[in-house]
Amino acid sequence: MTLWFVFALMTVAAIFAVLWPLSRSSSAQPGGSEAVVYRDQLAEIDRDVAAGLIGVSEAEAARVEIGRRLLAAAEGQRDLPARSNLSLRRASAIVALVGLPIAAVTFYLAFGSPWLGDFPLASRTRTADVNQPLDNMVAQVEAHLEKNPADGRGWTVLAPVLARLGRYEDAVRAYRNAITYAGDGAERRSDLGEALAGAAGGVVTAEAKAEFERAVAQSADEPKANYFLGLAAEQDGRQADAAAIWRGMLAKASADAPWRPLIEAALTRVGDPAAPALSNDAVAAAKDMSEADRGAMIRGMVDRLATRLKQDGDDVEGWLRLVRAYMVMGERDKAVSALTDARQAVANDAERLRQLNEGLKNLGLDG
Amino acid sequence: MIAEAGHYALVLALGLALIQSTVPLLGARWGDHALMNVARSTALAQLLFVAASFTALTMLHVVSDFSVANVFENSHSMKPLLYKITGVWGNHEGSMLLWVLILALFGGLVAAFGNNLPLSLRAHVLAVQGWVAAAFYLFILVTSNPFLRIASPPIEGRDLNPVLQDIGLAVHPPMLYLGYVGFSISFSFAVAALIEGRIDAAWARWVRPWTLVAWIFLTLGIAMGSYWAYYELGWGGWWFWDPVENASLMPWLAGTALLHSAVVMEKRNALKVWTILLSILTFSLSLLGTFLVRSGVLTSVHAFATDPARGVFILLILCLFIGGSLSLFAWRASSLKQGGLFAPISREGALVLNNLLITVACWTVLLGTLYPMVHEVLTGNKVSVGAPYFNLTFGPLCLGLMLAVPFGPLLAWKRGDLLGAAQRLTAAGIAALIAIAVLWAWTWGGATFAPLVIGLAVFVVAGAMTDLAERMALFRVPLGVAMARARGLPRSTWGSAFAHAGVGIALIGIVCETTWNSEYIGSMKPNDVAKVAGYQLKLDGVTQRQGPNFREMIAQFAVTLDGDELRVMTPSKRNFTTRNSSTTEAALLTRGASQLYISLGDTNADGAIAVRIYHKPLVLLIWWGPVLMAFGGLLSLSDRRLRVGAPKPAKAARALQPAE
Repeated sequence: MTLWFVFALMTVAAIFAVLWPLSRSSSAQPGGSEAVVYRDQLAEIDRDVAAGLIGVSEAEAARVEIGRRLLAAAEGQRDLPARSNLSLRRASAIVALVGLPIAAVTFYLAFGSPWLGDFPLASRTRTADVNQPLDNMVAQVEAHLEKNPADGRGWTVLAPVLARLGRYEDAVRAYRNAITYAGDGAERRSDLGEALAGAAGGVVTAEAKAEFERAVAQSADEPKANYFLGLAAEQDGRQADAAAIWRGMLAKASADAPWRPLIEAALTRVGDPAAPALSNDAVAAAKDMSEADRGAMIRGMVDRLATRLKQDGDDVEGWLRLVRAYMVMGERDKAVSALTDARQAVANDAERLRQLNEGLKNLGLDG
Repeated sequence: MIAEAGHYALVLALGLALIQSTVPLLGARWGDHALMNVARSTALAQLLFVAASFTALTMLHVVSDFSVANVFENSHSMKPLLYKITGVWGNHEGSMLLWVLILALFGGLVAAFGNNLPLSLRAHVLAVQGWVAAAFYLFILVTSNPFLRIASPPIEGRDLNPVLQDIGLAVHPPMLYLGYVGFSISFSFAVAALIEGRIDAAWARWVRPWTLVAWIFLTLGIAMGSYWAYYELGWGGWWFWDPVENASLMPWLAGTALLHSAVVMEKRNALKVWTILLSILTFSLSLLGTFLVRSGVLTSVHAFATDPARGVFILLILCLFIGGSLSLFAWRASSLKQGGLFAPISREGALVLNNLLITVACWTVLLGTLYPMVHEVLTGNKVSVGAPYFNLTFGPLCLGLMLAVPFGPLLAWKRGDLLGAAQRLTAAGIAALIAIAVLWAWTWGGATFAPLVIGLAVFVVAGAMTDLAERMALFRVPLGVAMARARGLPRSTWGSAFAHAGVGIALIGIVCETTWNSEYIGSMKPNDVAKVAGYQLKLDGVTQRQGPNFREMIAQFAVTLDGDELRVMTPSKRNFTTRNSSTTEAALLTRGASQLYISLGDTNADGAIAVRIYHKPLVLLIWWGPVLMAFGGLLSLSDRRLRVGAPKPAKAARALQPAE
């Protein structure tokens, strides 16, 4: 209510600013004129001559010039005699009284949020609350760690949350601090590597690889590190090495290891004949992977497919898979451009072109 | 409530600006004083509401109300109070709010102190101000609203760009905006004159203080920005010919030309149409600068955010105002009465030459700034037009201008005597030659061009002093009489002498810094010693420190010159965790006008720090020059007397010099 009262007061002040001059009698202020300036200039010449700044002959010439300007100014006297135009004044008053408030309130309501109160930081509780968004709790922990940077446990708790939120850069920093203050470990090293890969958009960079290698050095069977080392090999184009690493993992793993389907899926991807076909279970299991794992896996697959199709464009099935993948990843632009590439690649073969169009219809991307 | 009240105040200001831009025009058309006076009260009320809006945003930043998107994106609760306040305009939305605040401030000042203006002129001027203001209020409210809210406010903000967390942000943007926006007044006066179809010497008298104020602030603003870049960016450079810098230089050049042509108009009733055109162009260049910086066309520290809608909106404003005013000019200029005549060799002629050189220089800057962008839009290729282009085009024009500067004030109005002026400048010329000879002898085998340019700069400074001495009749009359005459000289004469000397002094600084700058770049470990320009800098050690919202690595350098301990210099590197970025805080040691400059780079794996050390001889003159120029402007501004350009009669013998 107070807010609307303040708005009303402000509106009244604005209206008053328009109405006040309209209500005054018109002869209140005549305003200045050019003639005043020229008369002052003439006076200035006298002063300059008295001070010896200009010579008498120059002063005379200046007086003649200014006199001419003064005459011209007096002739075309700028201010016409005051006429009051009542109808215009009334119209202006109505605009101010009615138009201004309506326009202001309409415009304000289009952009403003009158239902929101103030939230100065000082009056807000800093205690954790179940209803608070995750971001706020993270911010609180971060603020705490800002003041106590040596709190290893805090960093250990914060790091996976940051990775989950997709804040990989911060997660990397948090994992590093966790390693510094809460002790080194194979698992922490591979988590750090995973965050680094996440920050690089799923690419296992040299920096990330170094972390995985450190993890493996500490514990040779650390599954995450081994998986990512395989992925690194795959991304480098060393399919055989990747397959070897992953096969080794499967050989050592117990039958009920939760990551088994993921590795099997990866093996199928690199075209390892020894691996079992990618079962539906494997795909389902891949869904349970962390966001970073899955993102990295899918992106790796799609990129590889795209590269292969660029070299060998005859594979209609492959093109369809690529387009479908881009659609699923929400990258419609890429899907459309892949579609164009596909049409170009199979343009010379009527049968393949028919297959392609048929398949595209099923994808809902025809035309 | 604060946020919403500020938001509503801004909307009301828009409403008032719309009324201010129409009702007074009708009043002037029908000769109704009351309607014309609406301009005045609405301008003042508008100032009140924009000021309230700006105050509201400042309060929101101070109390860290993160329910306001603008505060959340650009503030942090741990930030020191000063940066919470300066952070208000350290972002796109807030800086636009500052822009309109200053626009309203100038409008309010005209309304409050424009009593000496004819009523209809004041009504027209304020109406034009109203158009500009309305366009920018609309821009802010629709595309860059600083009062948009977040329903579930986050607990912490994203912090201000660390580079901007500096005292420079408190000074540079407000000054620059006072300059940029101040030129809107001369623009409004020019458009008002075109609408009325009348223009005369009195017009120039009325515009003079506004142009001067804008010019003074722009001069200081640019100098301040340059010094800020010099000490904050860590490269020791003070001017990069960056499009954003050029965007501020262009209105300054046009404004300088305007200042000079307005003098001719006020005193001699000549160059009227040209002065009107310059007024329009100066503000158009200010708008262009706003567009370049705010549209996201350029990416730099100034481009806080990029959003195509904003760019298009500002482009529309730009086209509307520049196109509209130039069309009006084309339509009405021919109906304006021509002014007085003068010989080519005269004070007027000298000022025309000044205008010619400055506008061409301004044009080269405009070309160098826009060409790369246009080229990129048309061909998609990036080209960079850097210092070499500007040195080859802008440089010679400036040197030509410098050569002419001392002659101007010594020529008489209407018809002058070039030979006589040259004779009176003999002393200045001799001083310049001595400077060149001494410098050549001192730096034998070094740069050949630099001493020549310094000689030119000395000529400019000595020329300014000659002008004063001539007017005081120093050495021709007894000293007491000369002193009395000095006191009697108009302050504007002193002002122009100071401003011209300032140009020379800045030039000396520029040449010295670029020619005799010495540097050491390398990595240093504790107890390493670097030698630069006779100074010995020993790295004593490196310490860490926790600041309010950053961590800082400080290096201590003990500086000695010929065995004397001078001081400990402490350059540092700050890491801002919230934005995960770092800034370098250069350490400066001032010796006279020269400076020793250290900035830190990254730390190597083996613990060595990359260090850049520069010795910059007479570098401070680069900024003392503009300060002197601004001081000259201030002196001239304080001279409220009327100005008369007494013409030299055709056959009069060389008598006393005409006064300013």
